[in-house]
Amino acid sequence: MTMVSELVLTRNQLLQMVRGMDDNEFTVPLQRLSHVTTELQEGLMKTRMQPIGNAWSKLPRIIRDLSHDLGKKIDLVMHGAETELDRQVLEMIKDPLTHMVRNSADHGLETPDERLKAGKKETGRVVLDAYHEGGHIIITISDDGRGLNSDKIKKKVIENGLATESELEGMSTQQIQSFIMRPGFSTAEKVTNVSGRGVGMDVVRSNIEKIGGTIELKSEEGKGSVFTIKIPLTLAIVSALIVECAGERFAVPQISVVELVRASTDKRSDNTIEMINEAPVLRLRDRLLPLVHLNDILRLETAADEVAEQSDVKGEEEFIIVTQVGAYTFGIVVDRVFDTEEIVVKPVAPILRHLAIFSGNTILGDGSVIMILDPNGIASQTGENVIGDHTHEEEATRNAAETDKVAMLICRAGGEEPKAVPLSLVARLEEIEVDTIEHTNGQMVVQYRGKIMPLVTMSEDSKIVETGRQPILVFSDNERTMGLVVEEIVDIVEDTLNVEMASNVEGMIGSAVIRGKATDIIDVGYYLQKCFGDWFGSSESTAYGSSHSSQRILLVDDSPFFRNMLVPLLSVAGYDVSTAENPMEALAMRDAGREFDIIVSDIEMPEMDGFQFAEEVLNDDRWADTPIIALSSHTTPQDFDRGRQVGFSDYVAKFDRDALMNTLSQTLRAGGGAR
Amino acid sequence: MSNSDVQEYVTVTIAGQLFGIPVLQVHDVLGSIQLTNIPLAPNEVAGALNLRGRIVTCIDVRKRLGLPSSEEESQRMSVVVEHHGEPYALLIDNVGEVLSLKTDQLEMNPATLDHRWREVSSGIYRMEGKLLVILQIDRLLDFAGSSVAA
Repeated sequence: MTMVSELVLTRNQLLQMVRGMDDNEFTVPLQRLSHVTTELQEGLMKTRMQPIGNAWSKLPRIIRDLSHDLGKKIDLVMHGAETELDRQVLEMIKDPLTHMVRNSADHGLETPDERLKAGKKETGRVVLDAYHEGGHIIITISDDGRGLNSDKIKKKVIENGLATESELEGMSTQQIQSFIMRPGFSTAEKVTNVSGRGVGMDVVRSNIEKIGGTIELKSEEGKGSVFTIKIPLTLAIVSALIVECAGERFAVPQISVVELVRASTDKRSDNTIEMINEAPVLRLRDRLLPLVHLNDILRLETAADEVAEQSDVKGEEEFIIVTQVGAYTFGIVVDRVFDTEEIVVKPVAPILRHLAIFSGNTILGDGSVIMILDPNGIASQTGENVIGDHTHEEEATRNAAETDKVAMLICRAGGEEPKAVPLSLVARLEEIEVDTIEHTNGQMVVQYRGKIMPLVTMSEDSKIVETGRQPILVFSDNERTMGLVVEEIVDIVEDTLNVEMASNVEGMIGSAVIRGKATDIIDVGYYLQKCFGDWFGSSESTAYGSSHSSQRILLVDDSPFFRNMLVPLLSVAGYDVSTAENPMEALAMRDAGREFDIIVSDIEMPEMDGFQFAEEVLNDDRWADTPIIALSSHTTPQDFDRGRQVGFSDYVAKFDRDALMNTLSQTLRAGGGAR
Repeated sequence: MSNSDVQEYVTVTIAGQLFGIPVLQVHDVLGSIQLTNIPLAPNEVAGALNLRGRIVTCIDVRKRLGLPSSEEESQRMSVVVEHHGEPYALLIDNVGEVLSLKTDQLEMNPATLDHRWREVSSGIYRMEGKLLVILQIDRLLDFAGSSVAA
């Protein structure tokens, strides 16, 4: 076999050489040679193929023995035994398969009594299934037994110190179940002759990964479990994508490549790499793809920087290899992508075996040695456990992104450039007949729902249409309403909001990029104040009591947008507002001896979240009496409970301005009364 | 003088020092070569090269001995040896000649020798005008916590 591999390689090498010069006398014989080689290779492959049934032949016997030993009734069903795969691969999966079938029979299936109690047939079934899919063979092992007990696994995980309770809290059932494939894990209560000795699924997994396969697990408690193994048909010759990073070339096995995406760091291409707290991500259709830079993983950064300086290729355009390892999809950022080439995977020298990031090396058509990257290795290098908690990580990033997403209403008014206002602040969108606009006291008003509603324009020069209908945004608070005249309501978008430039223009908070366009964010507070100086003046939501100006608020929020949004609102309401970007800054204020009457704090913040912050505050005498109100964009009952536990006085959804105002004055009143 | 008393060595120079490698372990001597860098590899590993279809791991002997790297990077030669069935290329400065030396003339390493040298050397021959340090290939390749044996 190696001989044929060598032949293929030499053929590739020759082809590469001839490709350089056109119309050569070698071309024709070489094509013939190439043809023969391909046929020879295919022929040999065929002879190497064996039906998977050969590896299964012993299983019925094993199951029969097991059912006898364990006193269970087991039915073994095998589908697709004629599915063929490379002999070498077959040898390597034989033992893992046997182990897994044993596992299913021993751990998975219940005793006949238990089965009857659970309302199942007395006889348990273990089903083996094999079929081809793409260049892979898929083997599933399923049973209709008790499934995996998540609670038991959780307990075990904590006992073995594989994860903390809080980490487990955020994991999906599937992630928790995947722990059984971690080293040193067995949920079997009794160590039996058959299984439960703690060396099990992790060995299976590493064996399968050794041959470039993946294993996935799905299990439903009480219904059974399904293991899915995906392995390449053959190991000898694989198709690989040749990429370049920091001037070095590497090969990525084609089977793990899902797709290629070209991205740029500027706005020229559709795909841009975005950063979440220094973690690069890519918006790929409907999902957020975590990215890893190959030069970071290989610690080639300095070299890359030098290259970048010389050629300034880097930074303008990057290629992302979307890679899938098990259920975990991530992108590898490389500098260049060449073509694909058939390669023969050769193991690396023993002194390099510990480098999990390379699955082997090979010689390319041009005679140079190239290292073959192992996507599994890269995934684990980046701190992700391939089967384990990767989705957790992924979800975390996704959450982080979603937290920042705000529904914005885009409109045009006073100029061509789009303006945006948080949708949650808008009460209604209306279109009014221009005829109905009246003027009182130099102010445009309109009769709206039996009341007089003042209208304000964005700027002096923005005009109201002469006839027809005029769109307005209605802002409302208790009994007062105000209409903001706009020229056109464009759209409602949900996007991450980052106020990048503070604005000097009155009525604008600043500019942010929304849907790829610089957009001004309207400062609603400014217009409210312009319209009614006393917007917050006499209503319920006034700052507490008579000491109007003396209520000092500390606002802790990592998002500049919310700080910018809330500060004017709170100031207008008569509070004396100080802000802190993060809890650390707030605590520094405490250390500096500052005092506040009330603290309003965000929950989701990097480094230290609101809960920890609240604990910090309560643990120190200086601010222990200061009430804290939590702000959060997604409020769940658990959050609420936890918030109360750690000492938040109240919990307000981030966009609920009225609730915030009410809570503020109520809390202050209660607190003030107590003092 | 019987044959068993004589050992043949290929002499190589590294940073001006003469070294001897048992001739029977040497498979090839290569001139300038095209190396593929291996990121994350141990410091001593200079890269990998293609020797007639075989992938050979290249070890920088200077780094292994704790010597500063050479300025004439491109001019260097390498000696291919085999260890546990795997070929390794030892990157050295220059290859000299083959010497037949009597085994009883081999002297112990001086105790003051740098431990990195003592580790890889099986002894010293006193030559005319200079000293010849005999390299032990298996020890030379056994770095970074004996991962070779694994």
